[in-house]
Amino acid sequence: MSYRRPIASNWWMAKTNYKLFMFRELTAVFVWLYLIFYLCQLSQLGKDPGTYTTFLSHRASFPWILFHIVALVAAIYHSVTWFNLTPKVIVVRQGEEKIPDGLIAGPHYAGWLGLSLAIIFIVLWS
Amino acid sequence: MAERTITLEVFRYRPDKDKEPTFQSFTVPFREDWVVLDALNYLKDQTDGSISFRWSCRMGVCGSCGMMVNGTPRLSCAAFLREYYPGPVRVEPLANFPVERDLIVNLDDFMKKLKAVKPWIIRKEEKPVSEGEYRQSPAELANFKQFSMCINCMLCYAACPVYGLQPDFVGPAALALAHRYNLDSRDEGQELRKEVVFSHESVWECTFVGECSVVCPKDVDPAGAIQQEKVAGALDLVKSVLMPWGSR
Repeated sequence: MSYRRPIASNWWMAKTNYKLFMFRELTAVFVWLYLIFYLCQLSQLGKDPGTYTTFLSHRASFPWILFHIVALVAAIYHSVTWFNLTPKVIVVRQGEEKIPDGLIAGPHYAGWLGLSLAIIFIVLWS
Repeated sequence: MAERTITLEVFRYRPDKDKEPTFQSFTVPFREDWVVLDALNYLKDQTDGSISFRWSCRMGVCGSCGMMVNGTPRLSCAAFLREYYPGPVRVEPLANFPVERDLIVNLDDFMKKLKAVKPWIIRKEEKPVSEGEYRQSPAELANFKQFSMCINCMLCYAACPVYGLQPDFVGPAALALAHRYNLDSRDEGQELRKEVVFSHESVWECTFVGECSVVCPKDVDPAGAIQQEKVAGALDLVKSVLMPWGSR
């Protein structure tokens, strides 16, 4: 009779690649938490101005600023690792050769930068 | 000068005797040009003839001698002892597969999945031999050549945590081969493979850990193949919504 080996619950500790994968998955939790927070902010905006001002003053506290920094770093790590994988997903050939990875990942980074600058512009100067 | 040696910790499981597997330590001579498979053959010839393992070509072509060497799936004919000196070297059967005996795993599940993706050229209608061969340009060959290098060694399955946790997953090598035939300009079987390739247990189960491509001894990049099939699956879905009367 064949023997099936059990898989340990901490299987992902066995290799650096597995750990990096789990870390990347974990970063999505911060993006999700930020979205929840953002939805709460929108709901506060619908109430009276006093409630919203109180909400904003709470947001300026150290734990919230720390949360935003961690969420930003997590979102950047998630995005960078994703854009770096795009050449594996999108394959464009010129004759027999694949076009360089940079030509696939590059436009993604450019789009990301462009959109971020547009949002910064709208938020700061509109 | 005393001969240098290295210790091999070999996974032992004899279903007629053992309820649980154990590790047995052996000392073998250390030689710069020996691979793990040489050390195992030395043990089988000189020390314990009952050690069981698969091997054939000894040159990284047949894909028979895949094992876990110090926790990483390797072809034991390509894993040099010098990479692990001074040792010990822990040799186990490929992870995620049921063990038949010692280092031999059961291949049934992989063979079933391989067959399910129809890894051969499918034509809607064969043309008569008198019309000649199916010609292909170098660019058309380059499109799928990388994925055709798979030797079915199953190292990618041993490296894939998704396959370990969800054995229904079709898995990296079978999907890379499905992709290989889907990309072949001579093939017309994409529609027939769809049912398996785009099913829940298939490409959508892959979470892109990517370790399958890291351990592949032939640089096939099954992780890339699976992501490319995901794109094909998504486009197929969009087409079926936009053109429900059929786009064939």
